[in-house]
Amino acid sequence: MTNWTVILSIAKTHLFTKVKQTSIAALGVTFGIGSYITLVSFMTGLNTMLDDLILNQTPHVHVYNEIEPSKKQPVSLYDNFKESFNIVHSIKPKMSQKKIHNALPIISYLGNDENVRGVLPQVKTQIFYIAGSIELGGNLTGINAIDEARLFNMGDYIVEGSAEALQTTDNGILLGIGIAKKMSLKVGDRVQVSPINGGIFPLKIVGFYQSGIADLDAIQSFTNIKTVQRILGKAKDYITDINVKLYDIEEALPLSKKIEQQFKLKAIDIKTANAQFETGTTIRNLITYAVSVTLLIVAGFGIYNILNMLIYEKMNDIAILKATGFSGKDVQLIFMSQAMIIGFVGGVLGLLIGFGLASIIATIPFQTEALPTIETYPINLNPLFFVIGFSFAMISTFFAGYLPSKKAKKIDPVRIIRGQ
Amino acid sequence: MSVVLETKHINKYFRKPVLFHVLKDVNFQIKKGEFASIMGKSGCGKSTLLYILSTMDTDYEGELFLNNQLITGQDRKHLSYLRNKHIGFVFQFHYLLSEFSVLENVMLPAKKLGEKSFQEIEHDAIEKLKMLNIEHLAKKRASRVSGGEKQRVAIARALINNPSIIMGDEPTGNLDSYNAENVFNIFKQLSEEKGLSLLVVTHDKDFANKTDRIIEMGDGRIIV
Repeated sequence: MTNWTVILSIAKTHLFTKVKQTSIAALGVTFGIGSYITLVSFMTGLNTMLDDLILNQTPHVHVYNEIEPSKKQPVSLYDNFKESFNIVHSIKPKMSQKKIHNALPIISYLGNDENVRGVLPQVKTQIFYIAGSIELGGNLTGINAIDEARLFNMGDYIVEGSAEALQTTDNGILLGIGIAKKMSLKVGDRVQVSPINGGIFPLKIVGFYQSGIADLDAIQSFTNIKTVQRILGKAKDYITDINVKLYDIEEALPLSKKIEQQFKLKAIDIKTANAQFETGTTIRNLITYAVSVTLLIVAGFGIYNILNMLIYEKMNDIAILKATGFSGKDVQLIFMSQAMIIGFVGGVLGLLIGFGLASIIATIPFQTEALPTIETYPINLNPLFFVIGFSFAMISTFFAGYLPSKKAKKIDPVRIIRGQ
Repeated sequence: MSVVLETKHINKYFRKPVLFHVLKDVNFQIKKGEFASIMGKSGCGKSTLLYILSTMDTDYEGELFLNNQLITGQDRKHLSYLRNKHIGFVFQFHYLLSEFSVLENVMLPAKKLGEKSFQEIEHDAIEKLKMLNIEHLAKKRASRVSGGEKQRVAIARALINNPSIIMGDEPTGNLDSYNAENVFNIFKQLSEEKGLSLLVVTHDKDFANKTDRIIEMGDGRIIV
């Protein structure tokens, strides 16, 4: 038998006659929710950008031949020493080839796996960039440029030229921007490279590569797989690395384990390779939520305070309402609905303000050498944040309103009326 | 004549600051259309009795009947409903909701009861205001009308649900003699013309003498 029209009309009258207090309480919520939306969209925007910076270029599973010492030294195979304590000094790594044995069948095998989005072969080698009499050490990686751009966003890091240009140009090179600066080269020039085992090969510069990591940009260049194989004088099946990209990143660890077992190769999954990165993301999220929750709790206390004061002011009204037939529950609902109205209005305003602020931040220029593709601050406006923010506004105002309204419910009208 | 309100062996104790027996075995009846007043010295328990009769105070021993139905021990929600429907209140201090208009104040108990449409309630409220000659105040804020007028608004509010009985706690205690006379005449008229029962706690001997029946109290007992 709750008469909502009456209860809401009383709540409305209370709120409208105390516009100043009402708006201060609502502003508390607005401020809390607004800063939550701004903060969380800005922080997750940055997080996503930083994650992309590393994770997008990182293969989910990286397969290669590791140079390492044999796990079992020959002495342990010899039965006569089985019971004795063996010490082997200065163990050397096992002599093995850099190339992946049977690379092409492995690639086609992995490509058929339904979890795999793409498998890219690479040929990595050390070379010298030759400028007159100066030799600069560096790395040259042979890639399928268009596939790299498609799967690992390589295009984001090509500051001049394009992946297509590299793919289509025979003897083309995508030069690290650091080397280009050192050697004063521009697109269209030729650069001479020399592999460790001798010989000089002139390559045509088709573009510049900038990863954002200066040390890397000073040594790393890319060319076609075929070109590297020719420079090294190797056959078409000479592949040193295989990069796998999956649909689901969670599959990376099991797949890497399987590859290691099946092919006796080293396979590193993305999570193992970037464990510290995940930690950073988690902690940043934690800070964002801690700050937002603090803001909302402060706003909640504001509402609590104002409602408490309102109830003290309205003691007589409460007594008279109860005397004329309103039950304790009705009175509680009157004050609860006031709290919820404040929460609703403040929450919606907060969402709008948060959206506005985030949109403004998204237009502020943010240019840094390290991130060539970013022009403004990254903002992640996920609808989920708005749902969370709004729910939090309603929940916190509910609790802020619940305690004072419970007190109003329990007020004894006789004591108020007689105490006058 | 039917009995509107009846008490049987009502006892009440105050526990704070020390145990004190306020009401001692109170028995009486109010009949339909009766205009009764309760008199007595300060502290004799007459207001305490009134608040027990009003159903707001439930901490007592004994039995209370409203329209021949036992209401002792009912839950608070039902008591609120009974108060809303059957009992009208007029207090010494006017106790209007100061932020609402006079008309809204009068309409509120009827809206709570929710038995009539908004239009009907508004019509009834204006009727009551007219009866008390204050319909010109309808749209004014309750905080903007004078003391005598406030008391009449409070009476109109008490009447809105056509209650079985109207209770007053010193309804003229805060008014000058002209307004007190006015309020008395309204009560008298209601009792004679509408057959309404009234029970008024008062200090005012003149007021009490003009009522149908005086219930004299002393030391928590009914003397006459």
